[in-house]
Amino acid sequence: MDTPVKIDIKDLNLFIGKNHILKDINVTIPEKKITVLLGQSGCGKTTLLKSMNRLIDLNNQVRVSGSITIDNEDILHTRKDITKIRKKMGLLSQRPYPLPMNIYNNIAFGLRISGRKNRINLDKRVERYLRQAHLWDEAKDRLRDSASSLSIGQQQRLCLARGLAVDPVIILADEPTSALDPISSMAIEQMFTELKQSYTIVLVTHILQQALRVADYVIFMYLGEVIEQGPAHEVFTNPKNVVTRQFIQGNFS
Amino acid sequence: MGFFQTKRNLRNNIHHGWMLICLVLVILMPLIIGLGLYYKSYPILSTHSLAELLFSSSWHPQSNKFGLLPFILSSLWVTLISLIISAPICLLTAIHLTQYARKWVLRLMHPVIDILAGIPSVIFGVWGILIIVPFVSNVVGPLFNKHLSGFSILSGSLVLSVMIIPFILNILIEVFRSLPTELTEAALSVGASKWQTVKYVLVKKAFPGIISAFGLGLSRAFGETIAVLMVVGNVTRIPTGVFQPGYPLPALIANNYGEMMSIPQYDSILMFSALVLFVIVTLFNLASRIAIVQVEKHH
Repeated sequence: MDTPVKIDIKDLNLFIGKNHILKDINVTIPEKKITVLLGQSGCGKTTLLKSMNRLIDLNNQVRVSGSITIDNEDILHTRKDITKIRKKMGLLSQRPYPLPMNIYNNIAFGLRISGRKNRINLDKRVERYLRQAHLWDEAKDRLRDSASSLSIGQQQRLCLARGLAVDPVIILADEPTSALDPISSMAIEQMFTELKQSYTIVLVTHILQQALRVADYVIFMYLGEVIEQGPAHEVFTNPKNVVTRQFIQGNFS
Repeated sequence: MGFFQTKRNLRNNIHHGWMLICLVLVILMPLIIGLGLYYKSYPILSTHSLAELLFSSSWHPQSNKFGLLPFILSSLWVTLISLIISAPICLLTAIHLTQYARKWVLRLMHPVIDILAGIPSVIFGVWGILIIVPFVSNVVGPLFNKHLSGFSILSGSLVLSVMIIPFILNILIEVFRSLPTELTEAALSVGASKWQTVKYVLVKKAFPGIISAFGLGLSRAFGETIAVLMVVGNVTRIPTGVFQPGYPLPALIANNYGEMMSIPQYDSILMFSALVLFVIVTLFNLASRIAIVQVEKHH
């Protein structure tokens, strides 16, 4: 690969209780590209994604081995404050979950808790990230309204803005369009292709069409294993693994 | 349509009818009780003004003076203090169980809560007399340089606060369990610590549920009779501090109903007390419901 590696995962094994969820994962994720994690539901895509920002810690039945290296730091075994690592990564989940506060504070929350409390500065940043998520024009007159008064599509863009506001370098997106209508979905995809200028994006999806549209690099997972990875055009035009080929040709059973 | 078909239809209708009757009965129950109490308290209401009954502190049944204020205030004192004691305990326990503890701890807690909820209130009363009253008299009293009998508002509140914990806790656990994990993930992913997530996000999201849990606890506490009656002192006087004895409304009814019936209108004033109790508890429920609706509208 010619682009620098942003996330380097080596020999990652993950168990939840007695279930072996991720098996010997070895993948590299290139910087400032869109890497798509592709595969059926339940194959471990989401778990792999949540390993990257240690949200797997929430489940105390998880056991994990191997390493995930981001910027020369093994985040699975670091002694650093885990909240600092999480802040490097914006998270977009399957459905938008706005925080129970108004639109403005949804964005300002992450800034405030990391110590940025200057009012004028906050205002500026809230505007900047709302613009970046293409929500400013729709939300500028109702910043004090509850975030749940927005439509689902707007809420998802708000969640994106909320993630961007803490200056991440990576965006982790877990099927972020699965609850959205086609137009809102296209808007999110469009944004991703803009955002990859400055961010490394990892996108989990089971929608092949979406992967074809946005992926630079593809990691194909099947039953907890990575069975194929490589630049998107190679994987899509000339898949080496028989399961990948079936999936791409659409006759996946 | 044959005979069996008709019979089947008939049965179907009859069974449907029974269910409807039961439902209507349950719906009408509070109304029937309320009307019954009003009917029985009518004699006292026709001779005394409502304001006098509710806001006069003079209670001399022999001289035809029936001011309920000491009892109403005693009830409010005992109830509010018990909530002040139990609310933070329940809230912190529920947060710990649902956000921090391992799953088996929560599984262990469910039977513990059920056992606590199932203890008959007279046992709480005995426990109050044996432990809480001496504790207030021997430990709390000297602490404030006071000589106390121990039979006081504080003792009643302490006993009551333990009694309402399982009810409040049960609801709070459900409230916090129903919060989506994704909300926690969202807060953590913007760099919040676990405590910041709990404080700024989860408690806020759970707020309507927290209010309804406390509202229910309040209603339960207000109506609790035996356990409070056994430790609260039962002295007819407006309490001015937690160390003084009180005489809550339910205790008044339980202590006197069936006795002293020779005094004219005594039966009626007790029924009126019951009506007041009923109305206040209903108002608590109503207020917490309104609060929930308001909070939900605001979010």
